[in-house]
Parts: sequence; C-alpha cells; structure tokens
Amino acid sequence: MPGDDGYQHDLLVIGGGGAGLRAAIAAAEESNRLSIAVLSKVYPMRSHTVSAEGGTAAVMRENDSLDTHAKDTIFGSDFLADQDVVEVFVKEAPGEVIQLEHWGCPWSRDPDGRVSVRPFGGMTVNRTLYAADKTGFHMLHALFQTSLKYEKITRYDEWFATSLLIEDGEVCGVTALNLHDGQMRPIVAKAVIMCTGGAGRIFPFTTNAAIKTGDGMALAYRAGVALKDMEFVQYHPTGLPGTGILITEAARGEGGHLKNKDGYRYLQDYGLGPPTDTPVHRKMELGPRDILSRCHIQEHQKGRTFEGPYGHYVHLDLRHLGEKLIDKNLPFVRELARNYVGIDPVHEPIPVRPVVHYMMGGISTDITGKTSLNGLYAAGEAACVSINGANRLGSNSLTELLVFGARAGRAAARHAQLASDERRRLDQRFLRADGREKIADIREEMQKALESGCGIYRDRATMEGTCQTLRKLRERFAHISLADKDAVFNTELIAALELECTLDVAETVARSALAREESRGSHTRTDFPKRDDAQFLRHSLAYRTPDGPRIEYLPVTITRWPPEERKY
Amino acid sequence: MTEETMTLEVTRYRPGHDREPRTESFTVPYRKDWVVLDALNHIKDRIDGTLSYRWSCRMGVCGSCGMMVNGVPKLTCAAFLRDYRPGPIRVGPLANFPVIRDLVIALDDFMEKLRRVKPWIIRAVEKPVADGEYLQTPAQLDAYKQFSMCINCMLCYAACPVYGLEPAFVGPAAIALAYRYNLDSRDEGYRLREPVLSEAVGVWECTFVGECSVVCPKGVDPAAAIQRSKLAGATDWLLSMIMPWGGRR
Repeated sequence: MPGDDGYQHDLLVIGGGGAGLRAAIAAAEESNRLSIAVLSKVYPMRSHTVSAEGGTAAVMRENDSLDTHAKDTIFGSDFLADQDVVEVFVKEAPGEVIQLEHWGCPWSRDPDGRVSVRPFGGMTVNRTLYAADKTGFHMLHALFQTSLKYEKITRYDEWFATSLLIEDGEVCGVTALNLHDGQMRPIVAKAVIMCTGGAGRIFPFTTNAAIKTGDGMALAYRAGVALKDMEFVQYHPTGLPGTGILITEAARGEGGHLKNKDGYRYLQDYGLGPPTDTPVHRKMELGPRDILSRCHIQEHQKGRTFEGPYGHYVHLDLRHLGEKLIDKNLPFVRELARNYVGIDPVHEPIPVRPVVHYMMGGISTDITGKTSLNGLYAAGEAACVSINGANRLGSNSLTELLVFGARAGRAAARHAQLASDERRRLDQRFLRADGREKIADIREEMQKALESGCGIYRDRATMEGTCQTLRKLRERFAHISLADKDAVFNTELIAALELECTLDVAETVARSALAREESRGSHTRTDFPKRDDAQFLRHSLAYRTPDGPRIEYLPVTITRWPPEERKY
Repeated sequence: MTEETMTLEVTRYRPGHDREPRTESFTVPYRKDWVVLDALNHIKDRIDGTLSYRWSCRMGVCGSCGMMVNGVPKLTCAAFLRDYRPGPIRVGPLANFPVIRDLVIALDDFMEKLRRVKPWIIRAVEKPVADGEYLQTPAQLDAYKQFSMCINCMLCYAACPVYGLEPAFVGPAAIALAYRYNLDSRDEGYRLREPVLSEAVGVWECTFVGECSVVCPKGVDPAAAIQRSKLAGATDWLLSMIMPWGGRR
C-alpha cells in the first residue's frame, strides 16, 4: 500500500508475475532513490508464472554456444524473430538464471552440484534448467520472496488497472480499482511497465489460468500503442482433455512418447523420425510445438486418435521411464494426471491433446522494453520484443521474462530518473534558476504587445508583431529569476506560474485574431472591415503545438435565425 | 432421464448488507470430473453473479482457491464433487481469517509475517553473478526442497488451533519458509531469522497438534519444520550456555 507520498511513485509495474517482479527488482537495484510500486489484480505469488513447468533455457555448458541457442530460437520462430534481439537474449540469459540461483531458486542439480540441464523441443542441446517440473512456481516464489527484502518496492495487491493516464503524449500513471473497497484512484508514476502476461482466455480451451485476460495488452492498445504479431497463437501439443491443464514438454524431454490409438509413434510419419528409444534433439517428440500440434490434427483426420467426452486425444506414454525418474523429475505431471484424469502415468499413458498455451504477439517494444508511448514499457508475455516470432520454443519464455523484465526495469528506472516530476520541474525552472529575466518585465511587455496588436482595432502587421513578441517572451521566460526561494507562501513562484499560463493564453488570443480575416463583433480588423460569413461564420479552435497555437474551425449551429446584417 | 445434481451450501457475507454471515443453497449439475471450484464457477456464471471467491490456475499451484469444504480446509480446485456424494457440500471461507466478502478472506496478516521471517537468501558476502552458480549437491537440495513447495494457500493457518486463539503466532507456512532458507546450503541468515522464530509467538507457541501437515496439499509438513526449529533453537540455547561465543554456524 502507498507510503508517505500517497499514490505517487517514480516507477509503476503493472503485474506481479515473473517479468513484473524481475523488473521491479532490477529498478530497485538500478537506483535506491526511486519509489517503485508493483500493482497486480492478484497477490504476486498467484500470478500465472506459477504454472510454468518444464524449465528455462540458457547456455550453461561447454558443449553449447550462444550462437546455437540463437539459431535454434530463430529457426523455431520460422524466421520472424528479430535477430539482434535474439542475440541480446541468449547473451544475457546465463547471467539471469545464475542471478536467480543466487536468489535461492531450487534448481535441480547434477551430482557434482552444478545446475542440471534437460532437452527441450526444438533445442539442439540440453540447455533447459529446471526445478523438477515446477520451474515457474519456484522462479516466481524466489522472485517474490527476494522482492520482499526491498523496502522501496511498494505493492498494490488486488488492484485492477483500468486505464493509462497520459499527458502531453507521455504516460504519467494509471487509474486503478482497489478490489478490497471499490475505490478508484489515480496512481501517478513517471514510468509504467506492463507485465500483465498473455491472453489465453480469449480461447475456450487453454492451459492459461483464469487471470490471463490480456489486460495490459488492452490498456496499451487503447492508448494507441501497437500490438505486434497478434495472429501467432501457440498451441501446446500436450494438455489434459477437459481442463486444458498443461502436461509439460519436459515429459517428452525426459523421454516420453506420443502414441496414436494403435500405440504407434505417429510423429515418424511427419518427417520427424526416425523413432529412437532415447530422445534425440529436435526429432520425434522433441520437435517444436507448432509442428507437433499440426501432426495431432492430421492424425485425427486420418482417424487414428482416440475419441473421448472432450474430443479427440492421443497418448503420452511415460511408463518406460519408470517410477523413480518420474518421481524425481516429473512429480507434478504424476500429481496432475492422477488428480485430474485419474491416471497414474507410472502404469498408464496420459490422454493429451493440443491446447492454447501462449501468445507470441503482444505490446510492441524495442530491445530495451520501451514502447512507442513515452514512459510506457512492457516485458514478458504481455510484450512482443520479437524473440519468439511465429513460434516460441519451449523454455524460452521463462528466460524471456527474466532477461527482458530486467531490461525494462532498468530502462524504465533510467527514464524515471530523467523525467522531471512537477516538484523537480518547478525547482529547476524557478527556485534554483539564476537567470536574468524578471517576472514583471515579461508580464508588462506581454500586456503591451496584446494591447497594441489585439486592442479594439486590429490589423495584420501589428498582430504579427504581437505574435513574434509573444514567442520571444516565451523564450525569455525560460531564463527568469526569482528572488524568493522560500517554501512558505511563495507568491513570487505563484506569479511565475501565472505568467507562464498568461503567455499560453495570450498567444491563443493573438493567433486566433490574426487568422480571423474579417470584422465581427468585438474583433475589428482595419484591413478586413467587413463581416465575411462565407469564410468565417465559424468558431476558432486553438491547439497547443511547440511552435505556438494551431488554429482550426468549427461550424456555428444555426437553427431558426439565419445570419442577417447587424444594424441597431 | 433427469440430470443428476448436487447441493452446495455456501457461506455468504456482503459487508454493508449482512450483519453476519449466512448460508445460501445452490443446486448444481453433478459431473464426476467436476471439482468444487467448477461448481462455484457454475453458480457464478449461471445462477448468481454476486458470489465472490478467488481462483486462478485451477491446477493446484497458485494457491488462490482455499476454502473450508465440509469444515476442512481444501483447495477447491482439487476437491472433487464425487468425493462428497450425495452431499450437500458446505463451502465456507477459510477459518481463522477475517472475511472480506463471501468466500474471500484477508491475507494481510500472513503477508506481513512472511516478510518478517526474511524468506530470501542472506549472505555475508554476495557472490558476483559472473563467478557462476553456487554449487549445491542433490543431497543439499533435498535437505530443504520439501519446505520450498509451499504455495501460500493458507490451509495450514485455517487448520491451526493455535493461530485461531493467538493471531500473533507466526504460523505454519511462514515458519516452514524460514526453515527452508535456514536449511539452504547457500544461506547464511539463520542468526537473523532466529529472533523472529524464537520469540514468544514464534515456534514455541505451537503445541504440535499437527493439523497443518494433515491439510497441506503439497506435502510440505510445516509441523516438522516447527518441531525441528524448536530443536535447533533449544540446541542454540544450550550451546550458548556452554559455549558463549556461539556454537552454531
């Protein structure tokens, strides 16, 4: 909940899953002077990162290389990944997973004490770190528990962000609903990072938790930020029929077989063979998810899948792996299969079918996590930084949320440090300034210019002079000096703020007058003495631009009194 | 053939409307693969949209959907209707917690206690990331792994008679997590956690009823963590008597 500053922060993270927590910690590490907040519609440890099972990819061993990880990722993406981003991703991945190790993540270990790596779909070597088959759960809790040691990180648990606040093309916070009391509040921040996850719940059958409703994607979209590559939706080949509960790809990485209703390993018919007893990288059951999901559907069309109450399915057979290995590396798979389909995978094959799993697309960001909207960042499944292209490889998404969560956190922190808040703007502009200009001088010159150009009688030449003078006064205003630097009842500071406002308004008067080339009512032009209904029976609208007001027009509404000559 | 049904007796409480909790009955279709959470979702989607409860992953890992089912703390996503036939099934908010609305309880107390036990790796000197991972053998991992499986679902607090009587009690899940870090070969924070655990409302408050371990859906066994922490605390005290310069770590 908010601290002394009320609902104001330097940096606000929306979403408390893996990406959001990693971003918050990265920002806290970047500067200990920043006020950081994490706002989430659930308690952070409920976030859907918790459901990720199989592992997280990073180059950890001598038989592997960054180039191989990059090539696998790009190949898996069907070449829609941006290759510079992938290069950064694979390079920063090992440091991130080691950082998480230092934060207590209970990675599964080899006998020599090193973190273990397992094979995964589409990867040419073993590079997927894992914590049995609850990798996301352990990563999320390690991140959440580690985040508790940063007192600078404020949390808004069970708050729902309803809109982005934007001023002058820059994000300045969100409005959010506190679920506990129904209060709607603005929460002010100089930078906002969207880490709200994907949107699997747009489909009926998905591995995704109930909370995955694309909230952050929609907020960014409504604010005019592009959603990139949204047509690419990943089906995971092995979900439980009915519930859609995920059976991890690690089950195949450990050596599980996919079999049709004849007990035949059908993937060999689709160019993924030959079938072998022990898993071979990128072959058979270790093919990428998009291809395996398509194979399932084709197998169904050939009439070689099982039919159940929840549609067609095939068998994921783990029996040959043995109870010991299943309990060591796939205990959650056994628990889920037993609880939700009444099958013990030690003794029976698990029924599985393709299920909507992941959005490759998301909020378009650059390589630092920055979006096209100043002050808005995004990371994790909510974002599309473009490492996944048209098909994500399994175990790249947990790594993605670490690498790009941290990047977005650091970039947003730097932005927040540079972005001026109002206090700092006033301090820098007025209280610490030692300029030459005086408030009274500028005010008097503005008033004189208005009177000369925009008085009772007006003409082009003098009004142009007025407009030029006002522009120059605006430049001079940047160099004003205040004698009063006190906090208490500083009327000189207020006068400066008022002067800034009058300069804005004065320019709209002068520009609108210059543009209205006729005489009408209080506006009398010596160079255009006649009323001109053909051109100017219109309201003027002044819009602020850096170069002064831009003038547009709006028709007058006429109901029963058509214009006539105005004679008294 | 008429569809088989089951009755749920659900505790309702709307602040500002109800002076105290009341019970409302709902009849839902019976399906043998439905869990209590499916029945609640059916009620919310088809019968009464005002029913409030938390849920998310529906696969027993996010820890949101803990409730009292026939008086026993359960994850409703893992409590099958078929195990409660013919019913009715009583569904209420987790015991021992303030109720916000209907089946939604307030977690603030636990969140504060969790922070107090410092559930993060504490090192005298942090190893730079560039120097690689801390080595940890499978045996060292196994020493604490079980206690790292806690999903913070709060079933153990709802089952704990001590927490019911003494809300200041640090409680099973938080103690288990403190113990998890104390046992981690990478951690050096035992001394910093010990004061929280050994205070009057720390581990000594527990009378070893063991209900926490009975209801734990993830086999964490918080009762064992509490008893073993007591032993460690007692050993510490003893060592501090005979070796005043400190006998542990």
